[in-house]
This record gives sequence, structure tokens and C-alpha cells, in this order.
Amino acid sequence: MSAPIISVDTVRKVYGEKVAVDDVSFAMPPDAILGLLGPNGAGKTSLIRMITTITAPDSGKIYFNGEPLSGYHPTQIGYLPEERGLYKKMYVGEHLLYLARLKGLSKADATTRAKDWLEKFGLDNQWDRKVEELSKGMQQQVQFIATVIHDPKLLILDEPFSGLDPVNATRMRKEILRLHAAGTGIIFSTHRMEQVEELCEYIVLINNGAKILEGKVADIRRRFQDDKYHLEFEGELPAKLGERYELLNPTPAGVDIQLKDGQKANDLLRLLLDNDVHIVGFQELLPSLNEVFIKQVTQLDPTNTNPFDTSE
Amino acid sequence: MTNLWLVIQREYLTRVRRKSFILATLLMPLGMAVFIVVVQFIFTYGNDEQQRIAVVDEDGIFNNVLPDSKNIYFKFRQDPLETLKANMADDTSYNAILVVPSVRNPRAKDFRVEYFSDEPLALDTELAISRRVEKAMRKYKTRALELDERAIAALETDVDIKARKVTVAEGEDDDTSMAGIIGAGLGSIMGFMMYLSIFIYGMMVMRSVMEEKMNRIVEVVISSVRPTTLLLGKIVGVGAVGLTQVVAWMILIPGVLFLVSLIFGFDPEATQQMQAGSAASQIDPDEMQSMIERAISGLDEMNWWVIIPCFLIYFLAGYFMYAAMFAAIGSAMGDDMGEGQSLTLVVILPVILGFYIMMAALQAPNSSLAVGSSFMPLFAPIVMPARLPFGPPAWQIVGSLLITIAFAAFMVWLAGRIYRVGILSYGKKSTLKDMMGWVFSKY
Repeated sequence: MSAPIISVDTVRKVYGEKVAVDDVSFAMPPDAILGLLGPNGAGKTSLIRMITTITAPDSGKIYFNGEPLSGYHPTQIGYLPEERGLYKKMYVGEHLLYLARLKGLSKADATTRAKDWLEKFGLDNQWDRKVEELSKGMQQQVQFIATVIHDPKLLILDEPFSGLDPVNATRMRKEILRLHAAGTGIIFSTHRMEQVEELCEYIVLINNGAKILEGKVADIRRRFQDDKYHLEFEGELPAKLGERYELLNPTPAGVDIQLKDGQKANDLLRLLLDNDVHIVGFQELLPSLNEVFIKQVTQLDPTNTNPFDTSE
Repeated sequence: MTNLWLVIQREYLTRVRRKSFILATLLMPLGMAVFIVVVQFIFTYGNDEQQRIAVVDEDGIFNNVLPDSKNIYFKFRQDPLETLKANMADDTSYNAILVVPSVRNPRAKDFRVEYFSDEPLALDTELAISRRVEKAMRKYKTRALELDERAIAALETDVDIKARKVTVAEGEDDDTSMAGIIGAGLGSIMGFMMYLSIFIYGMMVMRSVMEEKMNRIVEVVISSVRPTTLLLGKIVGVGAVGLTQVVAWMILIPGVLFLVSLIFGFDPEATQQMQAGSAASQIDPDEMQSMIERAISGLDEMNWWVIIPCFLIYFLAGYFMYAAMFAAIGSAMGDDMGEGQSLTLVVILPVILGFYIMMAALQAPNSSLAVGSSFMPLFAPIVMPARLPFGPPAWQIVGSLLITIAFAAFMVWLAGRIYRVGILSYGKKSTLKDMMGWVFSKY
């Protein structure tokens, strides 16, 4: 098996008093989009800046395809920062050429690719327009093109959907998935957990600079399942049910049931059947990543209640 | 290296083709031309009101001669003063009366004439009248005291100091009379150019850094270019823009001035006369000729092989030094330009101080202030070019150059350290203390 595109080995970064990244290690899984998750200020951007060689770790190492990260690697990486923009006074075509050539493409090569990409996004007649004349959505598309124009082996997207309208978000999601299918490694960094669940199969959760959880999304959710079931029914529920089990969010047609230690789902079902409840649906409730995260954080540090109260 | 070149290209091209740049480059010489024409117009405008002055010269000391000057006409009248006064309102041939009293003592220095008019005496009319009367009095006194006109003329002596070098190299002219004046002229031009360039193009670098930070493009760029490369490319690119503009002006300004002189009949001598007053107009052509010859030979004597390369090095080092400082400050500024104004003071202050020291150095190029400042790298690029034409000792030039170059390199390094942190710190206002911290922070 070949080396992972990126592997991070006990990397640490300190800014003054603040430990921005605290001995984090992980490796890109093959064939999966990696979700880098954590609240604002968790250290995601600090970590990404080290992977993109903008900054260097205080200690620890980062490997690109098994080689230690070097000055050559930025040409293999496409980075869409959270704080992103364009030179307002430049022309679209010229701007794309500039950024592409900084990534090591020849002028001719950069021209063909820029034209192809613009065409793909329906922007082929924008070549000679100034960036400041474009709509915000178009500018975002140009930014995305600039990120992928040099065919990077690794694509790092920091909050790529922030500020995107639904049409553009869908288009970008489609492009991301296409690039992923074509073999590009993708790191997707965000504090919006629900976006991760749509795109990523593998996540690394960080909080306060430290990695607190890593693994496949499905595995993690299963690991954090806490005996909660959702029941859909018709008719009345027997009173006995409420006495024996904890009922959550009851509605006329459904209820969530929390099992306590020692209680089994089969016993619950048996009780329902014995009481002639008309069961429409019964399914185990897996926690959302949001809940997983909160659980894990409070478990590690009981004083920290909800790190996501800063969410936008 | 390729990336540095790409950055320089971008910085240069996007600036040079901007409308504001093209307008500034073209309009500045035009503006200057308009300014000169307007100023000339204003100065030569003077008083266009006609003054007709009736002169009462009871003793006839002026022999009925008082030459008219521009818009002022003198007319000698025999009528008594009271009649003239009474008729003033009806008689349009005069609107003022000048009474010349009799002279009791031709040796008296003071002489008072009386001027009667209902209108207040305008300043330039007053000057013109007193000048005419002074001249007429001189003639009268020469006659009255029986003096020899030529003997009086001989009293005036024009003193000219011919300065000569004591140790003269072979083939060198020992005449250094013009060196002081030419040196001051040349020095002030070079010093002023430094001062302006530092300000205009240093600020341009600062704005460019801030713009990138505010546009949020900088993080994209430094994911492919080292921040130091970006900074260096910026300084070189903007420097090239400055060079383009200066060269364009050097061609355009004389060109436009020439055109203006053709169209408006602009006469440089007229302006000179205006500025120097009547004294300058009395220089006789022969003397003028010899002065020009000496000036040219003085320019010839300048050690151009030292001055030009040294000036260029000071120019580059000074520009790099200050542009780097401006860039560092630009990177530390938040999104609000006003907030950072106090920071720019740190850079502007030494430039202005340097400018004043330069002015002092032009008067006394070897004063301890001038020599000392030549070794202070923040002032040297402004002060030293002004001293160069005065031929400072070689050890001073070499020492000052070395210190300046070393300091410029150090400044670029220092600015690079601040810049790489500054451009990525959004939102908060940074202080000088923060910036010092960034210098020593790990990357």
C-alpha cells in the first residue's frame, strides 16, 4: 500500500501563550474525503496553514506522499482558505493565469486550463472582465477554479460553503465529489457538522488544538449510539411504557425512547407488542456528529458545556 | 526565482495600466505647466489701472523730467496746488497730485514728497513713484553738488571670489568658485528626489500590502509563494513603477515646458527678473556669459563618476529601506486605514527629519550634524546625496554606503519577519510592541 497523501505526526504549534495545535497526529485515509472538524478557534486553520507550508510546525513532522513536506509541495496542493478573495483590479483570465503560474504551470498550459474551467462553469465570456465587475457568486467560482486549476493531488477547503448561495454550493459539492472520484485527496475543514455528514466518510475532530476523536463517520456514530430508539405508531401508547422507559419528544404519531442501563430493545418491543400497539416504524437513533462532539468534549472536560454556541 | 519574477510582473503591470497612474503621469507635467503659466500671469498682472499724476515742482529741481513708468504717467503742471486740488474732480487729465518741495540742503538724506488723491495709494504705485523720484533726485544732487557722474559710478564694486584649490591633481582645474552653488543646486535636487520617492512609492507599497490583506487574497498567494518573495516582489515591482513615472516625468516636464513657452511666449528670463527683482536685470550680458561658462565648467569639474553611482545606490538602498518599513506597517494594520495612521508616523518622522537635516547640510555640508547624519542609516539616503557634490572625503562615502546598504538589507529582513505574521492576523489592531514580538516569533 502506498503512503497516505498527507500524514501528520505529533505536530505542535504555539502562538505566544496559546497552544494552537497540540501534538496532533492523523493520516489521510485512502479513498475518503477527510473532514477536519472543530469549533471556531479550535486550531483547524493553524493546522491547515502548516500543511500548506504557509507556516512550519514548532515540532512534529508532516509527510506528503511519505516525503517530508518541502518547498516543492505547494505546487501539488490546492488551498481554498476561509479568508479568500481576489485582486479586484485584475482581469479574470489574467488573474487565473497569475495564480496558476505561481503554482508552476507554463503560460500556455495555464491558458488552456483556465479557458476550459471557465467554460465548464459557464463563465467563458468573462475572460476580459475585471474581477470587481463580477457578481459575488462568479467571484467565488473563479476562486474555486484558481484552487484546482493546477490539478493538485491534495485539495484543502477551509469552510468552502460559507457565504455561498445554494446554486453555487451545489455546483461546488458536485465538483468536489468529481475530483474525489478522480483520485484527488481532499481535506474539508469546517465547524458546520451537518455539511461533513454529507461529504466526508472520515473525520478528525479537534478542540482547543487537540485531536479528540478520529475515525469513519459511521463507526463513530455507532460508537456513540446511546440506546435511543425512535418509534412511530398509530393509536394510543400504554401508560406502562412511560413508567418503565424515558420518553423524549413525544408527538401524536411518534416518540423517542431512551433505554437505561440493562434495558434491552427487544424487551421494549415485546412490551409494545403485548399491549397491541400498532407499530409503524421502529429504528435505532444514531447521534448526529454535533451530539457526538458535544458528548466527547464534555466527557473529556466536564466544565465545557457547549463549544458550539459560537456557531453561525 | 520564477515566482519572484511573476510577482514583480504583476505588481508592475497592474499598476502601470491603471487609469489613475496614467493620469497622474500625464497630468503632473501638465499641471506644472498650467501652474507656471498661471503664476506668471498673476505676477505680471500688476496694476492695470492708469495713474495720471500731476506733478507740482515749484523749484523745477526735476527739470520737468520724470519718466513715465508702466501705467503711471507724470505730467508737470504750473498751476498752484490749491487750484489743482479744486479742479481734480472735473479735470480728467490727472487723478493724483505729487508735490515736490524745494530742496534746502542737497546733502540731506531724507526727502519727502506729498501725494494727494482721494484713492488710497497702491503699493506698487508707491514703489514706482519713489523709485522715479529717487532716480531724479540722484541726478539733481549730482548737479547741485557738482559731482563727477563717472566717479560716483566707480564707487560701486562688484566683488567676486575666485576660489582655488591648493592641491591640484594633474589636468584638474584649480577653480572651485562655482562648486558651492552648483553643489547646492545639484544636492538639493537629489535630496528632494529621494524625499519625494520615499514618500510616494513607499506609501504605494504600504497601500499594496494593505489592499492584499483587505482583499483576503494574500493567504491564497502565500500558499504558493514565500511571504518574503511576495514582499520583495512587491517592493521591486512598485519601485519599477516609480522609475517608470520618474523617467516619464523627466521626458515630459521639459517637453511640456518647451511647448508652453512656444504657445504662451513664456520667457524664462522674465520669471527670473521677477523673482530677483531689479538687481538681476542689471547684470550685463558679458558677465552673464562668463557666469554661464563658469557654471558649465563647474559642472564639468563635478566628480560624476562618484556622484552618479553613489546617488543610485543611496536611492535604491533608501527606497528599499523605507519601502520595507512601510510594508511592515501596512501588514500590521487592521482593515481600518485610519486606525493605523499613528503607526505610519514611525516611518514618516525620520523621513521628514532627514529632509530638514538635508537642508542644513546644503548650507554647511561638512558640519558635524551633516557628517554624523551620513552615518545614521535612516538619514543617510536623504542627507548624503545632497553632500555628494561637495566632494566629501572618501572614507565618509564608503562608510556611509556600507552602513546604509547593511541597514537596508537588515530592514528588508526585519520587515519580512513582521510581514509574514502581520498579513495573516486579521481583525485586531496591532501595536509596535506586537510587531517586535512577531520579529522573534517562530514561523
